[in-house]
Amino acid sequence: MAGLHKSDFANPVVNWIDTRLPIFTMMQKEYGAFPTPKNFNYFWNFGALAMISLAIMIVTGVVLAMNYAANTSLAFDSVERIMRDVNYGWLIRYVHQNGASMFFVVVYIHIFRALYYGSYKAPRELLFMLGVVIFLLMMATAFMGYVLPWGQMSYWGATVITNLFSAIPFVGDSIVTWLLGGFSLDNPTLNRFFSLHYLLPFMITGVVFLHIVALHITGSNNPLGIDVKTPQDTLPFHPYYTTKDSIGVVVFLLVFASFVFFAPDFFNETDNYVPANPLVTPPHIVPQWYFLPFYAILRAVPNKLGGVILMFSSIAVLFVLPWLDTSPVRSARFRPIYRPLMFVLVAAFLTLGVVGAKPPEGIWVVLGRIATAYYFLHFLVLLPLLGKIERPLPLPESIARPVIRRTPDHTGGGGPMPQGATAKPMEKP
Amino acid sequence: MAEAASATVREAITTVGNDGVKKRDMLKLITGSAAVIGVGAIAWPLIDSMNPAKDVLAMASVEVDLTPVQDGQGITVVWRGKPIFVRKRTENEIKEARSVAVSSLIDPQTDVARVKDGHAQWLVVVGICTHLGCVPLGNKLSDPRGDYGGWFCPCHGSQYDTSGRVRKGPAPANLAVPPYVFANDTRIRIG
Repeated sequence: MAGLHKSDFANPVVNWIDTRLPIFTMMQKEYGAFPTPKNFNYFWNFGALAMISLAIMIVTGVVLAMNYAANTSLAFDSVERIMRDVNYGWLIRYVHQNGASMFFVVVYIHIFRALYYGSYKAPRELLFMLGVVIFLLMMATAFMGYVLPWGQMSYWGATVITNLFSAIPFVGDSIVTWLLGGFSLDNPTLNRFFSLHYLLPFMITGVVFLHIVALHITGSNNPLGIDVKTPQDTLPFHPYYTTKDSIGVVVFLLVFASFVFFAPDFFNETDNYVPANPLVTPPHIVPQWYFLPFYAILRAVPNKLGGVILMFSSIAVLFVLPWLDTSPVRSARFRPIYRPLMFVLVAAFLTLGVVGAKPPEGIWVVLGRIATAYYFLHFLVLLPLLGKIERPLPLPESIARPVIRRTPDHTGGGGPMPQGATAKPMEKP
Repeated sequence: MAEAASATVREAITTVGNDGVKKRDMLKLITGSAAVIGVGAIAWPLIDSMNPAKDVLAMASVEVDLTPVQDGQGITVVWRGKPIFVRKRTENEIKEARSVAVSSLIDPQTDVARVKDGHAQWLVVVGICTHLGCVPLGNKLSDPRGDYGGWFCPCHGSQYDTSGRVRKGPAPANLAVPPYVFANDTRIRIG
């Protein structure tokens, strides 16, 4: 329906704009008065931190692209020129390089938060799936970005990853040739990777927008995992969560800056300061740390196609997670079996990360297989079963009254329970 | 007049025929197909532009002089941006490659099928591990050659024998033999 917006803003310029394009009203509604559960802990900072990371990556990336040359004979030297000759080039590149790692740290914690507090459950399934899409786009972007400096690790990491597709029966080799634009990783590959590395962050931005729109439709989950019931359960986003997020941002930037200024190559591989050589494979190829768990899953089976399928499944399983978990209770706080299993999952994932960095021999192969087995067991077997056998703890009545009155005869067993405290499925809003 | 005509057209496209098919169904189908074909026709140049360009394809053949290669030695040449291993095998190595029971191999293939008739000394293979594309070690005499005297891939531990056949995983296939011909006894043309 067409028609001017009736704006409440007093400032005449703001009012004039807002009448024609109610962007100020929208910001006020979505980031000012937006009712947010009042019991957030610091895990709820990581969405904002991810957003800041994305912004930092785009800004530094755009500036780096002004001095980078996407050509196999120039790429390595142009990066070195950025490091030595370009004003503050060293700073911008180190921020960009470490920013990728920071972004992944933040996103991994953000995903952990979603798993631990059941943020993927109804009605937030689509919100969660959009998040997985963002994660996939991030991995593609990071992978292609790592190729651009054209060092030995860039070259051989990219060779190994693109060759994953050759495992596809019949059409695999044609697909690899198409991806590379030649019969081996070469100039056409570098050019297209640069083009896509520049494009994908903006696609990420687009999906982030959808992610946030979906979030503002369903509302945020919270550490108790119960629905907001009354206005007493919420606070306006500003100033309460703008302030809380600011504290997180300051701590995050402190950590970030410590790496940039005191250990800029902490996450890097020395071999990547050797220019790419298509005839010599470095003795030990490792991907960037944020890919290690998936790399370990790839190597867990001694079969090429099987490994590739398993690796892609490890992320695909997240897309169906909302339907694999059959328990109606969201937060792990009230799930006595799910909670310890969640920590086992984290341990398995971290183990995979360590295994991925080790040569595939001896104890590492065994550990990798056990951890991979648990990863899939957790999602595909334990989660569907838990909903049936687990007896959740009593849920609080509301966010505003999180503590259940403990009467002498309520000891958590089968005795009579206070009204509204039984573990019943949550009502859908 | 015009109104009457448009009414006739409307009637024609909404009338259900004897076979239960409306003319409108057909029109929708034709329009939809045309749109799909059009999108495909526009998409194909974009997709195909990512395939190897003509200059990449033009560098598709390379000639190699074999005279400087000694017995047991291997050289690496570049063809299509890939390393090609050319190895002059010793009598022992050939014997070793031919004495293995073919059925016991991961990717069964006889040694005879992997070399040219009358040139059994010369083994020419693409020096790219069939697992994930690393360059195996072993072409130089000083390199580790694995348990089977051929090549050893440092990335994930695949081992190849003196015929370039995979003997120990995770690689699923033998080192590929590129298309090549002997121009004369001391020259080959790859590609």
